[in-house]
Amino acid sequence: MTPSLHLWLIPALPLLGAAINGFFGRRFSRQAVSAVALTFAGGAFLMALYVAARFSSLELPYTEFLAHWIRSGSGPHMFVANFEFYLDQLTLVMLLVVTGVGFLIHIYSVGYMWEEGGFYRFFSYLNLFMFFMLTLVLAGNYLQMFIGWEGVGLASYLLIGFWFTKDSAASAGKKAFIVNRIGDFGFLIALFLLIKHFGSLNFGQVFASVSQLPGEIAGYGLLTSIGLLLMVGAAGKSAQIPLYVWLPDAMEGPTPVSALIHAATMVTAGVYMVARSHVIFDRAPNALTVVAIIGTLTALFAATIGIAQTDIKKVLAYSTVSQLGYMFMACGVAAYSAGIFHLMTHAFFKGLLFLGAGSVIHAVGGEQDMRKMGGLRQYIPITFITMSVATLAIAGIWPFAGFFSKDEILARAYQANPAYWFIGVTTAFITSFYMFRLWFMTFWGDYRGRDTAGGHADSHGHGGHGDPHESPMVMLVPLMILAVLSFVGGWVGIGGRFEQFLAPVFGEGASTAATEALSHGTEIALIAISLGAAGMGWYLAYLLYLKRTDLPQKIADMLGGLYETVVHKYYIDEIYATLFVKPLVDGSTRILWHGVDQGVIDAAVNDTAEGARHVSDAARHMQSGNLRSYAGWVAAGSAIVIAYMIWMGVR
Amino acid sequence: MVPVSYYLILSGILFSCGVIGFLIKRNIITIFMSIELMLNGVNLSFVAFAAQWGHLSGQIFVFFVMVVAAAETAVGLAIIIAVFRTRETLNVDQVNLLKL
Repeated sequence: MTPSLHLWLIPALPLLGAAINGFFGRRFSRQAVSAVALTFAGGAFLMALYVAARFSSLELPYTEFLAHWIRSGSGPHMFVANFEFYLDQLTLVMLLVVTGVGFLIHIYSVGYMWEEGGFYRFFSYLNLFMFFMLTLVLAGNYLQMFIGWEGVGLASYLLIGFWFTKDSAASAGKKAFIVNRIGDFGFLIALFLLIKHFGSLNFGQVFASVSQLPGEIAGYGLLTSIGLLLMVGAAGKSAQIPLYVWLPDAMEGPTPVSALIHAATMVTAGVYMVARSHVIFDRAPNALTVVAIIGTLTALFAATIGIAQTDIKKVLAYSTVSQLGYMFMACGVAAYSAGIFHLMTHAFFKGLLFLGAGSVIHAVGGEQDMRKMGGLRQYIPITFITMSVATLAIAGIWPFAGFFSKDEILARAYQANPAYWFIGVTTAFITSFYMFRLWFMTFWGDYRGRDTAGGHADSHGHGGHGDPHESPMVMLVPLMILAVLSFVGGWVGIGGRFEQFLAPVFGEGASTAATEALSHGTEIALIAISLGAAGMGWYLAYLLYLKRTDLPQKIADMLGGLYETVVHKYYIDEIYATLFVKPLVDGSTRILWHGVDQGVIDAAVNDTAEGARHVSDAARHMQSGNLRSYAGWVAAGSAIVIAYMIWMGVR
Repeated sequence: MVPVSYYLILSGILFSCGVIGFLIKRNIITIFMSIELMLNGVNLSFVAFAAQWGHLSGQIFVFFVMVVAAAETAVGLAIIIAVFRTRETLNVDQVNLLKL
């Protein structure tokens, strides 16, 4: 038995930080608030590093029991859920990504949020998010994972609506929360099914029971249902079709939040959950196919929307949805380690892109519209260089991180079904195009923001502005670190080392054998094609947004309706509003509010009161104030009493 | 000897006259007299029973009733005079300021 690692400290530290800042932060100076937040987030990161250092000496999977929680029933049907932690290679990767990237974003936020009101509130929420995310990642059973799952949703809601006085931010927060609830519903039902059929939610026990079941090749059995329901949950949290609509709106939150929650960590929780539940999905091929199809379609669909967006954060948001689609595509072809690999590199470069975008927004005084940027590379060179690394990484250019992970996914997708691969490469081309479009529009050409007063769309005002200015060091250092990671982060995957590291979790037999099945020639060809797609994307963006800047408008005019549709994100929000929101609102108004609430519940109370009033009103007339009528009542009363007595006496 | 039932019937008639007078008359003084009539109707039944059972308590009770009635008359008439002075009427239907 290995000595205790005190894993519980990893989530507990940020929770403590959140509590301190949340309860007392109002009275602290900004320096003190930052110190508290960074200490506890950094403490979690150090703990994660300590775990990583001890990792090779551990017996895996390592579990740690913290406390009893639920014990229900007795005998063989007893249901037990404990607070327990589960550590294996997958957990370790997630742990390092979440704490590492999270800590960097904490540092960055100190600079980014310095001028904002509610400074302590922001860091309290940020630490709270870290707590829930780490609970989710470290959970030893599905129920504990669900706590983290709901908790990160809460933190996301709080942070999207951080500028809650702004209507759009408040409703974006609500939208994110409500759409996530739909997904959580699926997740919950999946948990109920697990309890019903396996009597446990503990990962070890569930997976042991599931492993003994045969695979469900045909039909729609238990495991397929569980798998599909889990995917509903994952689609909500990780913004996949049809529940992706909340993520672009979530950009209303402060930019570090977009980087941490809506790019690097929380939205990948769905991928993590599917990967964690791979034992279930392995035995439910139909569910796995659905995962792959949803992932592939989302990747393509979101990427096409990204082409026509002009808000720098919206482009990145759709790009995130699209990249998450890649991860689900990977999971869907049972290449879980490739999905987790992409999750990791994506956390680096997408975190960097968002932080860089934050730095750009900071530089131009709160403007988010790329049409009012341009030529920024002279003003903010460090942001420019780091953003360039991230752009090259996400476009999949060798030897940046994104190349390795994306290539791994595409290769595995090709083996499973060339159709996935084809859509994946198309998406890679579009990704490269819109990312370089962003890059050219923001950093190249001439600065177009001078003649327009700052839009302050981020409500991130910095007072009067002359030329764009570089961000402070506290923001630049995280950018540089992430740039290095975006550059070298993919190298851990060379020669399938990352895959081998995760092999004990996902089962080695299937994955390594499958990789080797690809001939060397095919592999080279696939790499060449995806690199070619990335290069074409770059060239097209170069042509349209640097050389011939008049062309995009002409093409848009030529495409007419199609272009409009893409600009309006395929009218999905409007369709959802008509199909779901409006009927729900109308139904609630007419039936539930006017019908049930006012017609039945309120009516029962009101009519009771009204009835009492009517009866009293009738009885009130006895009190006429007329002396003789009182006397009459007395006389009548005594007459009745006498009559009764006489009648009783006679009888 | 006259049977006790005769007294009781007379007492009932007197009491009923008092009640009817109380109910239908509007003049306060008449109402007052009706009350006296009721009291005396009751007194009559008291003494009738006292004679019937040879028991003094009935007659003692009558004295109490007469004392109370005298006191009541003194107070009542004073009130009636006061009412008449302020309202210049003895019609009870018009003395209704306390009515809601």
